[in-house]
Amino acid sequence: MIDLKNLTITKARKALDAKEFSAVDLASAYLTEIEKKNPELNAYLEVYDDVLEQAKTADQRIAKGESHPLLGIPLAIKDNIVIDGKRATSASKILQGYVAPYDATVIEKLKKDGVILLGRTNMDEFALGSSTENSAYGVTKNSYDLMRVSGGTSGGSAVAVSSNMALAGLGSDTGGSVRQPASFCGVVGLKPTYGRVSRYGLMAAVSSFDQIGPITKTVEDAEIVLKVIKGKDSMDSTTITDETYPKSDVKQKYTIGVPWDLIKREGIDLKVKENFKEAINRLESFGFEVKDIKLPNCLALYYIINFAEVSSNLSRFDGVKYGLHVDGKNLLEDYILTRGQGFGREVRRRILLGTFVLSAGYYDAYYGKAQLARVVLQKEFKEVFSSVDLVLTPTSPVPAWKIGEKSDPLSMYLADIFTVPANIVGIPAISVPSGFMEVEGKKLPLGIQFMAPHSGESVLFDIGKKFLGEK
Amino acid sequence: MVTIKEIENLAKLARIEISPKEAEEMAPEIDSILGYVGQIISVTGDIERIVPKLRNVTREDIVTTVSGKYTEKLLDNAPALEGNYIKVKKIL
Repeated sequence: MIDLKNLTITKARKALDAKEFSAVDLASAYLTEIEKKNPELNAYLEVYDDVLEQAKTADQRIAKGESHPLLGIPLAIKDNIVIDGKRATSASKILQGYVAPYDATVIEKLKKDGVILLGRTNMDEFALGSSTENSAYGVTKNSYDLMRVSGGTSGGSAVAVSSNMALAGLGSDTGGSVRQPASFCGVVGLKPTYGRVSRYGLMAAVSSFDQIGPITKTVEDAEIVLKVIKGKDSMDSTTITDETYPKSDVKQKYTIGVPWDLIKREGIDLKVKENFKEAINRLESFGFEVKDIKLPNCLALYYIINFAEVSSNLSRFDGVKYGLHVDGKNLLEDYILTRGQGFGREVRRRILLGTFVLSAGYYDAYYGKAQLARVVLQKEFKEVFSSVDLVLTPTSPVPAWKIGEKSDPLSMYLADIFTVPANIVGIPAISVPSGFMEVEGKKLPLGIQFMAPHSGESVLFDIGKKFLGEK
Repeated sequence: MVTIKEIENLAKLARIEISPKEAEEMAPEIDSILGYVGQIISVTGDIERIVPKLRNVTREDIVTTVSGKYTEKLLDNAPALEGNYIKVKKIL
């Protein structure tokens, strides 16, 4: 029996190369776990029928003496990243039956390395939400408490990794969608610098915020996955190279900024605050300097740009080229009926909100002002990073909430307060587990988030490893 | 206050069918969301746009794929076909 609970990519790599177990053994072990746990947790929307064949090919490559960081490593992929010949729906009814005609750049890179693609994971429809409750295919449950959500939008990938149904997963992060479910599920989640990872083959939600990132059990594993999937891509003109931004240096001692004015406000759970203070004590015990900084609440700015870009990006789904088609009396009615029935409630709501903020008469007051506020925030962060190396916050103001608890959409939006700034500014951020809080007899995982300047992933990995005692 | 009529107009602009019942339910939700994000209106300043690090990223306008490589896969995804064409209802 392979000890999946304590397995990491690093350990699996050694064992595979030393032939302690084969890629087929490893993939079979995960398939067994998936069969046991997935019916209840609903992390996977589909488990691929060629997993063992993929594993056999990986074993042949290993036998030939090939070794790549992810050769034979089983991964879970979020349902908005396309794989040639496989279904992909973004957890939406409007993409029912869609079969992707090509590989996303990240998939192409993973396949080249010899990864095992286990299946596609559940998410909030079109990556709009914070709990995976907006999936058209049912909620993904949190394995620490089945009454609670997994977080979102990459809830399926987070639960797959935290409950040993995959060794690592890919998610996408528009306003916290990798980091927040990682924190709700007690695993590591990284949002890279905007442009670090190609978005070619990732279904667009908010094009100026979206970034694909790994969900893993350790910081080292996140580093390994990022190394494979990152890089300039001619198919995504926003991708960057290692030279695009000045290099951030790994240091012995870091200065860490904490925006206390944001953290002390109402709506932040007391136990989250306590846990956060313990994390700070720990960082101070390493000799790091922690100082107070000021950051604004930028949720209004975030959501206006979110609505605007979502309404624009989702206009491509019209029932003509792919997916669901509902027949009407004429072409216009085809569009209206297909989009009305194909999109879920939150998606419809955000498209209407986006249409509103972009409409004549409101454009300047909402979208124009949001763009202005975005520039102001970019300058504020630049200022902050002139005096600190990193910014630290809790990942989420609350632990995983109960399924159905946040039925009012605005109350769910407010839970994204700490994660959205990194997307607006385009900087990298990582969520690492910071312990547990007990609620109604259940232990719920918590996480803290570090943000670094553009291209500062190496600093995030360094401090993340130090915090978790990985080195 | 967003009216039900305004919701229906937005739905029309966005080409989404929304039932009268849903428009009624959505009005207060949209109202409270717009009320919250409306705080943006108070943002002031005359700030020069930051020039992004990446600008004018272009590539040669040349064919990078084999002709016909994706034709079948793309057509297979279309709800209605006529030969090698995607079929839609007449517009005029």
